[in-house]
Amino acid sequence: MKIKVLLADDEKEFVNALAQRLELRDLSVTTVYSGEGAIEMAEKIDFGVIVLDVLMPEITGIDALKKIKKAKPNTPVIMLTGEATVENAIQGMKLGAFDFLMKPADTELLVGKITQAYTLKYEHEERIRQAEIENIINTRGW
Amino acid sequence: MYKKIINNLFLLEGEPQNRYKALKRNIIIIMVLITTLPLATMIIINYFQYRSHLRSQIIAPLYAMAEKTKHSFELFLDQRLAIIRFVSTTYNFEDLSNEKDIEKILLSLKKEWSGFVDIGLINKDGELVSYAGPYSLLGKNYSEQISFQETQIKGKYISNVFLGHRKSPHIVIAVQHITDKGQTWILRATIDTDFFDNLISSMGLPRQTDAFLISKDGFLQTDSLYYGNTLEKCPLPLPKIQFRSTSFEETDDKNRDIILVSSPFSIADYILVIAQPQSVALKSWYAFRTDMMIIFLVSLVIIVFSIIKMTDVLIKRIKTSDEHREKVLVELQHAQKLSSIGRLATGVAHEINNPLAIINQKAGLMNDLVERTKDFDKKPKFVDLTNAILNSVERCKKITHRLLCFSKRIDVKIEPVNMNHIIHEALEFLEKEILYRKMDINLNLSESLVSVKSDHGQIQQILLNLLTNAFAAIEDLGRVEIETENGKDGGIKVKITDNGCGIPKDVIKNIFDPFFSTKKENGTGLGLSITYGIIKKLGGKISVDSNPGEGSVFTFELPEKPNDMETING
Repeated sequence: MKIKVLLADDEKEFVNALAQRLELRDLSVTTVYSGEGAIEMAEKIDFGVIVLDVLMPEITGIDALKKIKKAKPNTPVIMLTGEATVENAIQGMKLGAFDFLMKPADTELLVGKITQAYTLKYEHEERIRQAEIENIINTRGW
Repeated sequence: MYKKIINNLFLLEGEPQNRYKALKRNIIIIMVLITTLPLATMIIINYFQYRSHLRSQIIAPLYAMAEKTKHSFELFLDQRLAIIRFVSTTYNFEDLSNEKDIEKILLSLKKEWSGFVDIGLINKDGELVSYAGPYSLLGKNYSEQISFQETQIKGKYISNVFLGHRKSPHIVIAVQHITDKGQTWILRATIDTDFFDNLISSMGLPRQTDAFLISKDGFLQTDSLYYGNTLEKCPLPLPKIQFRSTSFEETDDKNRDIILVSSPFSIADYILVIAQPQSVALKSWYAFRTDMMIIFLVSLVIIVFSIIKMTDVLIKRIKTSDEHREKVLVELQHAQKLSSIGRLATGVAHEINNPLAIINQKAGLMNDLVERTKDFDKKPKFVDLTNAILNSVERCKKITHRLLCFSKRIDVKIEPVNMNHIIHEALEFLEKEILYRKMDINLNLSESLVSVKSDHGQIQQILLNLLTNAFAAIEDLGRVEIETENGKDGGIKVKITDNGCGIPKDVIKNIFDPFFSTKKENGTGLGLSITYGIIKKLGGKISVDSNPGEGSVFTFELPEKPNDMETING
């Protein structure tokens, strides 16, 4: 099953090209061009990984991250940042972002980070699921 | 107005060298005036006060002497007058008319009192009716003479000195007698003036000092040492005040400056005059004046010398301070230039980064697509072209990263660092290039190098930049020497010397400016500018010395710890 990735950046050309490249690497990519769109989409669909640009007009990547983390705390978020906004990216890490990458990001590196983030999320969810199953077995006495 | 004068005096414009010279000259003139004017004023006031005081001190004894001598004269004359008056009242006209009696009286007078020459009796008509003395004056009529008329009016008379028949100076004393019955007659005596000379010679006059009697019409009544003999006209002017003792200064006929003390008689028309040359009278004053002038001149020389020396030191300090200020201003301008260029660079880099990311992704996508497509004609060429685009993007990315690195605020981590250790680390980064180009790296690292508080990563960046530049400057097989030593005040000094192409003089002055590069397409022109910025931030300094064709020496110093940790961390 392909990893579902939400890609949010206000640079349409960049997002589209990157999305195509990620899709060529067997990822299912949904693109949005604003922070608002990212929040809306993240609330609607359960993505494997979300990639957010830090610097977006109106709702910034950091604000979007806060809301997404509130709605979907287990979804890993990777921040994309320009050099001058490293501090913001670090702030994002403190707010629960999985990692951050400097623009223009190397695609293979990004794919690696996405896979890593998804694997961790998957393992985490697996552990939760296992724990829940064990809990059901224990409570129902199967 | 006042401010304008001060500005003109001290804030001078023009060539620096001339400005300092003019400033030095103005300060010296003003200081000399300020210090010497009060001194000169004091000296002048003291001069006149002391001269006046000393004059009165010098003249006072002359006054006393004149007064005392005058009293002796007056006493002499008064006594003689009293004797004649006594004779006139003791004897009557008939007694005195008797030749024998008057002879007897003259003998007695001569015996008891000095100076008497003759004596005679004059009746109311002015006729000499009786006479005792060496001359035959009997029967002579005096009615037309001043002595007779004066005696008739005042009752007594003392004449000025005159030469008698014997051609010796003498005076006449006469008194009028009026009997109870109204009979009047005059007793007249002639007295020689030897006593006058005796009295003057007994005054004990100081050297070159003259004393003499003059009549109120200016004729000498006694001989003078310098101004003539008895009855000659005195060449000195008469005192203006003739009723009390006075002193005045004159230049005599021998062109000598003299002090004159005059003391007029009350009972006769004589004036006693003491004349003393000023060179004698004011000898102590002249000595004092010379001393005072010497002290003044010596003080003046000391003051002027001190002022010149002090001004010299002051001007040198001002000059050094000005130079230092100018240097700081240049550094400040440089720092401001770096800062504004830094801000500009951030903006440019950021704006470029976005399209760069798009190009990167688009070219990457092209590559991805081509890789996933069957082979076609020109496929390798196509891949090469997209790779070239990606390489160029990578190059641009490096430039924008360095631009951002140049301008961005970095959190400096200050910790004790070992410079020798960082040098080894930096060389490890460049190991491959060193091996490949067979460069000779000569390390001369001080074993006793102190550890300083600084930023490890930033120092690494400095060394990498400087070494990269040195490597770029030398040919293969070239030599680079790295030297460390302890600096002043607990800091360290690092010297990187290469035997490369060197830097021309016109390039050196811009070498730390951003975007200044001699490597053309291979350099961003930011390396040394970043290095400069980091070293400044860490409180150090960097200098470069180069001879074209021989090589360059980059020396940087770091302090024991950065001056302002707050600024650095801020």
